[in-house]
Amino acid sequence: MNEFKQLSWQGLWKNNPALVQLLGLCPLLAVTATVTNGLGLGLATTLVLIGSNATVSIIRNLVPNEIRIPIFVMIIAAFVTVVQLLMNAYTYELYQALGIFIPLIVTNCAIIGRAEAYASKNPIGYAAFDGLMMGLGFTVVLVLLGAMRELLGYGTLFDGANLLLGDWASSLKVTIFTTDSPFLLAILPPGAFLGMGLLIAAKNLLDKRFESMFAAKQEAKVVQRARVTAET
Amino acid sequence: MNYKLASSPHQHVRRNTGQVMRMVIYALIPGILLQTWFFGFGVLVQIALAVITAVVTEATILEMRKRNFERAIKDYSAILTAILLAISIPPFAPWWVIVIGTFFAIAMVKQLYGGLGFNVFNPAMAAYVMLLVSFPVQMTQWLPAQSLTTHQPGLIDAIYAVFTGFSADGFSLAQLQGAADGHTMATPLDAIKTGLAQGLTYEEGLQSAIFDGSLGIGWWWVSAGYLLGGLYLIRAKIINWHIPGGMLAGTALCAGVMFLIDADRFASPLFHIFNGSLLLGAFFIATDPVSASTTNKGRIIFGAAIGFWVYVIRTWGGYPDAIAFSVLIMNMAVPLIDYYTRPRTYGHTKRTKGEPK
Repeated sequence: MNEFKQLSWQGLWKNNPALVQLLGLCPLLAVTATVTNGLGLGLATTLVLIGSNATVSIIRNLVPNEIRIPIFVMIIAAFVTVVQLLMNAYTYELYQALGIFIPLIVTNCAIIGRAEAYASKNPIGYAAFDGLMMGLGFTVVLVLLGAMRELLGYGTLFDGANLLLGDWASSLKVTIFTTDSPFLLAILPPGAFLGMGLLIAAKNLLDKRFESMFAAKQEAKVVQRARVTAET
Repeated sequence: MNYKLASSPHQHVRRNTGQVMRMVIYALIPGILLQTWFFGFGVLVQIALAVITAVVTEATILEMRKRNFERAIKDYSAILTAILLAISIPPFAPWWVIVIGTFFAIAMVKQLYGGLGFNVFNPAMAAYVMLLVSFPVQMTQWLPAQSLTTHQPGLIDAIYAVFTGFSADGFSLAQLQGAADGHTMATPLDAIKTGLAQGLTYEEGLQSAIFDGSLGIGWWWVSAGYLLGGLYLIRAKIINWHIPGGMLAGTALCAGVMFLIDADRFASPLFHIFNGSLLLGAFFIATDPVSASTTNKGRIIFGAAIGFWVYVIRTWGGYPDAIAFSVLIMNMAVPLIDYYTRPRTYGHTKRTKGEPK
């Protein structure tokens, strides 16, 4: 498997920052009440990850080892500021909906984790691609969790997508059912924890299924041994 | 000569899980009958819905887990959970409340943790908290005792109300809640809590029409019914006295101290024991053998701590009653309690300080 394939597999599935590394749980659990919020925060995190991974990779040979962490944090903070200002300018309502969790991307352990574990040791192409894949893996989980909670809580999907994607996206909204008494548990933080647990369980279940399928295939290859002793 | 050799355990009556669960259900009957008498047939409708949901959920999930579901259904544990949840929620709550709640109790709280014997939390109470957090409006629509209301809904009315929100004659739940004098009625705990918040003293709060002395009309009868069933369970050695005793003592002690300090702002111990679901909780809910503490000393601590939390949350918390929250808090503490109250093994002396392990 070449490096890019390996990075995609690690980021999206095997070493998924949200489901396996369990990093960045605070924004993950707090903002995923709807798909739009999840997608917005996921994309913002992805942008920051790509930028910070690329920058850290460029300067990796210049940074003294002793003070690398503060430098990484400052780089990440700079990118978060850029993303925050961009969101403030172009997606103002979403910016308000996500609130404190945009600046808090700085403290998302997934980002500093990738800077320390991967970007500071690898060339820029790989590092940026790693940022992209880790970010996408994170985004997918945010969107899935947001979908679960929005569907159970409000009975809709993609509500308010126009805040993120422009006016055309308001037609994306799907209403599955309407209710006078929303299922508050799904919208409140405990619902996020339960949903997260279910997602992790589902991933582990799929992993086990794949493994047993793979093992079954391996077993099918029975090696015929040559007889070396005489019969009787 | 025939010497009878018996090795431990020396228990002569051999009961299986199904028999124990069935006896607990029988012990609930007096309380359920009184609840039906005072608060309408809604209770029975809820129980029927809950039991059906529980059995279907349990069977489906066990089938998915490739376990023997017939045996699991026959141990009645799912049915007991369903009944406990059904009698805890308002009798005229919409049908989907109890269905969601029972599904949550069986599927998420019980089976996802590994089924009977593995659940960390009490399934009925975890589901109750889930419902209370999710549907606060539906979960607080209690009706006053039937003797106080203008319309007394019968069985058909109850079925209509649970499924459509209106009785057969077209009265809405809000109208059914209205009492003879036109005031809406809360539960005793709610009434006192609101009264105290409005600056009334405890004595003035008791002047409301739903009280007879310091006891809520109807409510204390129901509590007495559960007390009777609970005492039968202790006599039949299904449960030990430690948990209910500790729990009642815990609440009574806290309430007694505060009542002596300021009788105007704090309700009496008697009020706390007979109003709300303390007796049901003490004898039937906290004594769940799976999620409660397992040593005798631990059981007393477990019960007393629940009693303490019940009093604290009832008095200073945001909700009028607190059995479910308290039981869940202490469920989390059970491993710790069990660790520190391990009984001495026979033949071993107590480990003294400083001795190597």
